[in-house]
Amino acid sequence: MAEKTFQVVGIESSSDNEKIQKPSLTFWQDAWRRLKLNKVAVVSMWFLIAISVFTIVMVPFLSQQQANKFNPNEIATYKDLPPKSGLPIPGWEGKHDGDDLYSDQNVPAGKNFILGTDDTGRSVAKRVIVGIRISLTIAIVASLGDLIIGVSFGVFSAWKGGWIDLILQRFIEILSSVPFIVIVTLFTLLLGAGIWSVIISLILTGWINMARQIRAQTLSVKEQDYVLAATVLGERPLKIAMKHIIPNISSTIIVQLMMTIPQAITSEAILSALGLGVQPPTSSLGSMINDARDEIQYYPYLVLIPGTFLVLISLAFYLFGDGLRDAFDPKSGDSGD
Amino acid sequence: MTDKKLLEVKNLNLAFNPGNANEVKAIDNVSFDIYEGEVFGLVGESGSGKTTIGRTILKLYEPQSGEIHFEGKDVLKMKSVELRSFRKDAQMIFQDPQASLNGRMKVKDIIAEGIDIHHLAKNKEDRDNQVEHLLELVGLNKDHSSRYPYEFSGGQRQRIGIARALAVRPKFIIADEPISALDVSIQAQVVNLMKQLQKQEKLTYLFIAHDLSMVKYISDRIGVMHWGKILEIGTSDEVYGNPIHPYTKSLLSAIPIPDPQEELSRKPIEYDPTSETDGKKREMHEITPGHFVFSTDEEAAEFARG
Amino acid sequence: MAKYILKRILMMVLTVFIVTALTFVMMQWMPGSPFNNPKLSASQIAQLSKQYGLSKPIWQQFLNYLVNAAHFNFGTSYINTGQSVSLMISQRLPVSMELGIQALILGVPLGMYIGTYQAMRKNTARDYSLSIITLFFTALPDFLLGMLLMLFFAIDMPIFPITGWNSWMSSVLPTLALGMGVIAFVARFTRSQTLETLDSDQIQLAYAKGLDEGQVIMKHAVRNSLIPVLTLLGPLTAGLLTGSALIETIFSIPGIGNQFVSSISSKDYPVIMGTTIVYTILLQVMILLGDIATAIADPRIRLGGKD
Repeated sequence: MAEKTFQVVGIESSSDNEKIQKPSLTFWQDAWRRLKLNKVAVVSMWFLIAISVFTIVMVPFLSQQQANKFNPNEIATYKDLPPKSGLPIPGWEGKHDGDDLYSDQNVPAGKNFILGTDDTGRSVAKRVIVGIRISLTIAIVASLGDLIIGVSFGVFSAWKGGWIDLILQRFIEILSSVPFIVIVTLFTLLLGAGIWSVIISLILTGWINMARQIRAQTLSVKEQDYVLAATVLGERPLKIAMKHIIPNISSTIIVQLMMTIPQAITSEAILSALGLGVQPPTSSLGSMINDARDEIQYYPYLVLIPGTFLVLISLAFYLFGDGLRDAFDPKSGDSGD
Repeated sequence: MTDKKLLEVKNLNLAFNPGNANEVKAIDNVSFDIYEGEVFGLVGESGSGKTTIGRTILKLYEPQSGEIHFEGKDVLKMKSVELRSFRKDAQMIFQDPQASLNGRMKVKDIIAEGIDIHHLAKNKEDRDNQVEHLLELVGLNKDHSSRYPYEFSGGQRQRIGIARALAVRPKFIIADEPISALDVSIQAQVVNLMKQLQKQEKLTYLFIAHDLSMVKYISDRIGVMHWGKILEIGTSDEVYGNPIHPYTKSLLSAIPIPDPQEELSRKPIEYDPTSETDGKKREMHEITPGHFVFSTDEEAAEFARG
Repeated sequence: MAKYILKRILMMVLTVFIVTALTFVMMQWMPGSPFNNPKLSASQIAQLSKQYGLSKPIWQQFLNYLVNAAHFNFGTSYINTGQSVSLMISQRLPVSMELGIQALILGVPLGMYIGTYQAMRKNTARDYSLSIITLFFTALPDFLLGMLLMLFFAIDMPIFPITGWNSWMSSVLPTLALGMGVIAFVARFTRSQTLETLDSDQIQLAYAKGLDEGQVIMKHAVRNSLIPVLTLLGPLTAGLLTGSALIETIFSIPGIGNQFVSSISSKDYPVIMGTTIVYTILLQVMILLGDIATAIADPRIRLGGKD
């Protein structure tokens, strides 16, 4: 009986029929094509690239020490100068309530501070550039920390399942029900304030979200037949995670990363405002806002300038992240198409 | 087909959520053998436990009790080296061609996955040659090896899945409803291919399906499952031509006949499953040589009388 | 249901216990903490020693600390000598709660309204602009918004008082500063929830039955998106705890957060520890309330428990 086979009627099954004419697009190429259609996301992306490139290029020209140092003998000359562009642009001429503070304080002619100076005569422009650099570094390092811990924890928990997953979930539940402000306060008091303790505090509170997302995604991917197929072929769990699970949740990871960075930027600012963050004289966007808090009535630009950069950078990350999510998952229903 | 048993399943029991209110007995004291070189068909409606049996044999699930012997070795006790060689000898073809291929990998890497795991290729060139050979074996264009799965049709993907299983040169393949997600014309292509490969590569199949007509066509012997139990085992012709258990009769009566005149007079037989829950002790009884039915002693005597 | 709540309360107690244990450990090791501060006078040390039983073994000290904390006795302030921390907290907590509740009352309904409106007008110009506006307020930290509001509406245009918490007018700016973030958060959440619901088969069916859009939105979409919003109560509270600490400082509001910030800068450990525990309990209670409300509103959860 094994001799009988089905006869296919109609089309001949030849290898010509099996030939694919369409050009090949990988998942990433396809996503990139969709992302390019989203103008807001593309503008945000270029803005972020420009800001990052600029702050990186400025590293050899402008060190943290340069932005921090001031001459105690010249404070009276250079302190609290408003922004002066050197061009006849209204509101950007170094005047405060009509007074030309540059001449009042005998600032040497031709010396302009585009973004003004602070109460010790330091250039706000320099401090903002260093501040962006430090804030971005903190946010990116902390978010990468979230990513590494969150992805390993999430994948491990979902992959193991059973009681291990249950215990890890309880652990996450408890940790996430402790207020952010409590964790960072206790932790920073223990470690002492500073860039590294800010980063660790942010990771300590931030990885949970990543872990939850990754766990949920892993749970659905691990039930896919290709994961079973790999197991049946004898693939080791670690390799399955690297070859099958992580590539298939990579879009979630990237989107989540883009959403974590602005949160970390905001959290850094909050920590600095609480006095637990970056300590003077080092500048970060948050610490600059905090330092100028009491002078806001007299020198609002000291708050407005770092504040504007903080909001623009965060906003760009959010918009880019939204765009990426839509590009990865056209069905997600958010803007796009 | 030889007389050598390749796979022996003895008194296998598996329940999901054991001890809980929502406990499900997926496999209920199931025993059967598969001989080397044969195609053993396992039929049953969805939820009957047939997929679970397949996955348990491949050690994807942990049964509560029972034994599974592959070439005389206990699969459930296998560790490291033994398990590794078992993973090479026994393979699986999946139901959903959509979900069974990792969309982020190129076809050649999907097919070569087993080659890489078991180090079956001497070098990159050898690996490429093997993949090309496998693509040809399953009738796919070998130029497509660096394309991604989403570019292929369901039938083509299923063949990629078959090539992946064949790559490690297995002895035994569990085909878990390999054609139920495909169009009818494509089903025929895939079944033909599987048959041809079985002869060519001297394979043994456990062919799982819910459609008795397709199973009859490919199988040497058939087991009929319902609610986690095997109710009837026999040669394909016996089960199809001389069904004994009422459930098998009911299943057969549900197959449509491709003739409008006869189809009109076809009467589906309703199956009354209460006999399965009456608490009487039932076991496999050999009614005619090689034809087993799950029944009480009295029922068996009655069946034997005809 | 009762079993579920009991389980949650047990978890809550466990969490508060862990946080209390952590604060205890910190009290032990922290340089300048009440237990090992070189600036303390002999009589102060004697008093602390008596209060916490420093001569006893460490586990007994911990037990004492726990018992004291359970009675809301967090010792006396280290800066305002002699002031009971629990009294300080209990005087200031109502102010903070008032501020937080006002922000929630402003933010949650408005956020839900905006989110639903956006979902209904999906991918229109209005949806896009509202998305950008809500994103803007997500990117803008509460305390910066507070400073800006103060600058524009209290200093440049003196409509509202700059600081204080003594009249309705004085609460407008702080409430707005906290509430805008809540609006943005809830709106973004509601939008995606409602879109998901609108995409579901039951909504497609409702349209197919011939119901008009208003009916579909009110009867099906809004009702189904309402329940998930309840689960936001926890995260919102967590955010408000942090936000209010800074807002209270900026507007000189005599709340628990203001006191917390100044206790951090003055390293007033008993106040920090007490506030920390109170904050943890507050968040626990709000999460529990959110979960219970969800369980009541959603019959699916009542049966099996949350997992």
